[in-house]
Amino acid sequence: MPAGRRCALPVLILLALGFAAPLIAVLAFSFAQPRTFEAFATFSLANYAEIFDPANTVWTSFAWSLGFAAATVAILTVVAYPIGIGLVRVFGRWSPLISILFVFPLFISENVRLYGWVLFFLKNGVLDGALRLVGGHGPDLLFSPGMTLFGMVYTYLPFMLFPTVLGLSLQPADLVIAARDLGASRFQAWRDIELPLAMPGLLIGMLLTFVLATGAVAESKIVGGQSVIVITHDIETAFTYAQNWPLGSALSVLLTVVIGGVTLVALSKLDLDRILGRK
Amino acid sequence: MRPADPSPPAKKQTRVLLSLVGLRKTFDGFNAVDSVNLQVMENEFLTIVGPSGSGKTTLLRMLAGMDQPSDGDIVLRGNSIVHLSPNQRPTCMVFQSLALFPHMTVGQNIEFPLKMRKVSASARNERAYKLMQMVRLPETYYGKNVMKCSGGERQRVALARAFAYDPEILLFDEPLSAIDYRLRKTLEKELRDLHRQSGKTFVYITHSLEEAMVMSDRIGVMQAGKLVQLGTPEQIYARPVNRFVAEFMGETNVLPVRSDSRGGWIVHGLAGSFKVEGNGDALEGFAIVRPESVRALASAGDADNCLRGAITNEYALGSRVQYHIAVGKRTMLMELPRGALAGGSASNEILIGWNAADAVFVTQ
Repeated sequence: MPAGRRCALPVLILLALGFAAPLIAVLAFSFAQPRTFEAFATFSLANYAEIFDPANTVWTSFAWSLGFAAATVAILTVVAYPIGIGLVRVFGRWSPLISILFVFPLFISENVRLYGWVLFFLKNGVLDGALRLVGGHGPDLLFSPGMTLFGMVYTYLPFMLFPTVLGLSLQPADLVIAARDLGASRFQAWRDIELPLAMPGLLIGMLLTFVLATGAVAESKIVGGQSVIVITHDIETAFTYAQNWPLGSALSVLLTVVIGGVTLVALSKLDLDRILGRK
Repeated sequence: MRPADPSPPAKKQTRVLLSLVGLRKTFDGFNAVDSVNLQVMENEFLTIVGPSGSGKTTLLRMLAGMDQPSDGDIVLRGNSIVHLSPNQRPTCMVFQSLALFPHMTVGQNIEFPLKMRKVSASARNERAYKLMQMVRLPETYYGKNVMKCSGGERQRVALARAFAYDPEILLFDEPLSAIDYRLRKTLEKELRDLHRQSGKTFVYITHSLEEAMVMSDRIGVMQAGKLVQLGTPEQIYARPVNRFVAEFMGETNVLPVRSDSRGGWIVHGLAGSFKVEGNGDALEGFAIVRPESVRALASAGDADNCLRGAITNEYALGSRVQYHIAVGKRTMLMELPRGALAGGSASNEILIGWNAADAVFVTQ
């Protein structure tokens, strides 16, 4: 066996057991008889039929998940790009400190941080309580779809920010100056040089946050208060309360196909070599 | 190598195109560029040389409008341009990094300035092909990814792109410094020919005086933010104003001298009296003796100044050989054509000398 393959073998085995096997199991369960616990034993399309039944409203969960993810990505792009520009070009020696502050929340469990927001917005909580002291009262924002979106934007900001910063920092500063010197106005230099060169970093961030946000469940449960049900919540319910593994598996497969499709389309438009400056 | 350019040299203009008046740039209290006065003539190839940190890049960036001067003015044909941004100035810079746009093809790079001016696609295209021809890029390169071009090809793309902007003055920030020797020599000559054909004014900066000598009509030497000497390559070579300029030119003999007030001169570290063409009343200074002005002598009367020493080292410099000769406490450098020094004596003893007229006296 050549040395390359021999050395790659442990990783291949790990991937086969840890990555491929669960996926195959889920795929197999999705074709099992509903409410059974035996994969590979039977073959049935009943789970998919149930999902695609016009009377079934599970599609709304899909729509909420994808909608939340799309909105999260859109908001984060608008938020992260200027912060990234600031970190790379403007903040100077404050950049490292600010970067650390953005990373810091990642050291604390996501659920803990989300419950923190609940305490902040809760009636008689941090915000409301403080406002009551001065005779007002806090806005009633908790447990709504908007709050779910807020939670997602909050949670995934670092995942959008750091690829954006990486993309921006790999961009030579000379290029924009050169564009200006060659007659470009500020806007032209941004549109024709800065933005296209920042695009790979932005796209990676968008992709990463989209995939993560589609699979998000804690935000809709904790700060969103289950005001709307997202698809991951449905999948969890199918596996737990409903004890319908085949249905949960079928939903998982469909979600994987959707996310996989989006990822492949995005990756085909993305040139990793250029992002890493290898070309 | 390309054949010599058949067109006659462009008639040298003597009209002033650009005046730098008391130009100064201060970074945190440090004068990067210190009160530079300089007139750039129309159509000339002016090179500013200096070591890193001498302020030459800052000077160029102020001309391009990328840095604002702390003080002073930049005047183009009688009008101050100091407050114009880079895109409003008739200058265009070829960067050391070349600053080619990596997400564009060769053609798109060259057409960029035209696109910014909203020139139609067909006119842009036509101009791009003409410029590619001018800088000797094959037409097939139009659609090539610029990052897949070789170093020399990228130089040409950057040059064509700068020409597409159609500036009155092209500024060059050491664009050849990262190019290997042979190609650099070719590009130096091409650049000089291009200067002649285009009739544009070139302001070029480099740390290599050799590069400056090959290309320039005039050379300015910068030292610690100041323009210490400005002149033709011949003037800079033959009449350096100080030690710094002389030594920047290349390895040379710098002899600390003082007058013995009887018409002769004493060289520190050497015995005897020397003939030096002094400068007015100065009683102390340095005699600059180029290694190629030092000759091997047959007898002591063959040159104004004569020394007996021993060859300690010799280095082949291609067509020439450099000898290190220990004389008293000093080491003299001598350069002779290869083979000029016929089989030396076993003791390495040698008689060397130079004429007073071949040495330059500087006071600092």
